[in-house]
Amino acid sequence: MASAPTVPPTSAPPPPPRSSGRGSKKGLGTLYRGTEGMWSWVLHRVTGMLLFLFLLVHVLDTALVRVSPEVYNEVIGTYKTPIMGLGEVGLVAAVLFHAFNGIRIILVDFTAKGPRYQRVMLWVVVGLTVVALAGFLPRHLSNVFGGH
Amino acid sequence: MTGTIPDVASPRAKRSQAMRGGINTELYAWLFMRVSGVILIVLIFGHLFVNLMVGDGVAAIDFAFVAGKWSEPFWQVWDLLMLWLAMIHGTNGVRTIINDYAERDVTRIVLKALLYVALVVTVVMGTLVIFTFDPCPVGSPADLLPSFCSA
Repeated sequence: MASAPTVPPTSAPPPPPRSSGRGSKKGLGTLYRGTEGMWSWVLHRVTGMLLFLFLLVHVLDTALVRVSPEVYNEVIGTYKTPIMGLGEVGLVAAVLFHAFNGIRIILVDFTAKGPRYQRVMLWVVVGLTVVALAGFLPRHLSNVFGGH
Repeated sequence: MTGTIPDVASPRAKRSQAMRGGINTELYAWLFMRVSGVILIVLIFGHLFVNLMVGDGVAAIDFAFVAGKWSEPFWQVWDLLMLWLAMIHGTNGVRTIINDYAERDVTRIVLKALLYVALVVTVVMGTLVIFTFDPCPVGSPADLLPSFCSA
């Protein structure tokens, strides 16, 4: 389906009114609701909220350098445990998606052809996220699980 | 029935305060998200690369590592910019989320008040930490400090 709004042929009956907020069934969805445009927006929100909460925690734990080297090392040591190490994978994945999708949003907003290619660009965003994460994973997992 | 157009009410919304003139804060907030977002990509990708990819990554992060970075003005400025931009960018994002979902006035005001307190406390504290940080605190064991402390 093209990303341009599809106008139903005039002979066809108008689509029934959509009573609830459910996603599209049988292609009756709107241009936005229930399609990639909506899900990228949802994911951008969820990752953004997650990153903000982590940012608050991360500034706090870093501030412990002002308490003492011992206290800082103790707390930052928890970042090197397997469970937190996997959490950092999720965190980096969230950063990557939010960053690449942010560029997509900027291109949609500021370039003439952006809106037409928003759907293709989402899959580019997903691809770049996967590729970058694949570059990060082996390195990070060996740092976490490699017995340092 | 001639071609006279009936008197249809204007579909346009009344022009808001912002549209009539004065400073359009929502426009500048919207623009800030895009400008700061691009800068944050550079800052955060660099931060993640240096801290998680180079050398032993997360396993190498300790007091001496941070002290080594913050003994250079370059990383002080880097982290300061990252702190301010990320906090304002994130605060504006969460402000949008609160405006979208918190329908009661009281809920919205309370949540946003908490958000702005978190913003100010975090930014002020983080800024103080970057600039009042002592990489060689007296009385700390030398093996926890960067090597230049004992030089």
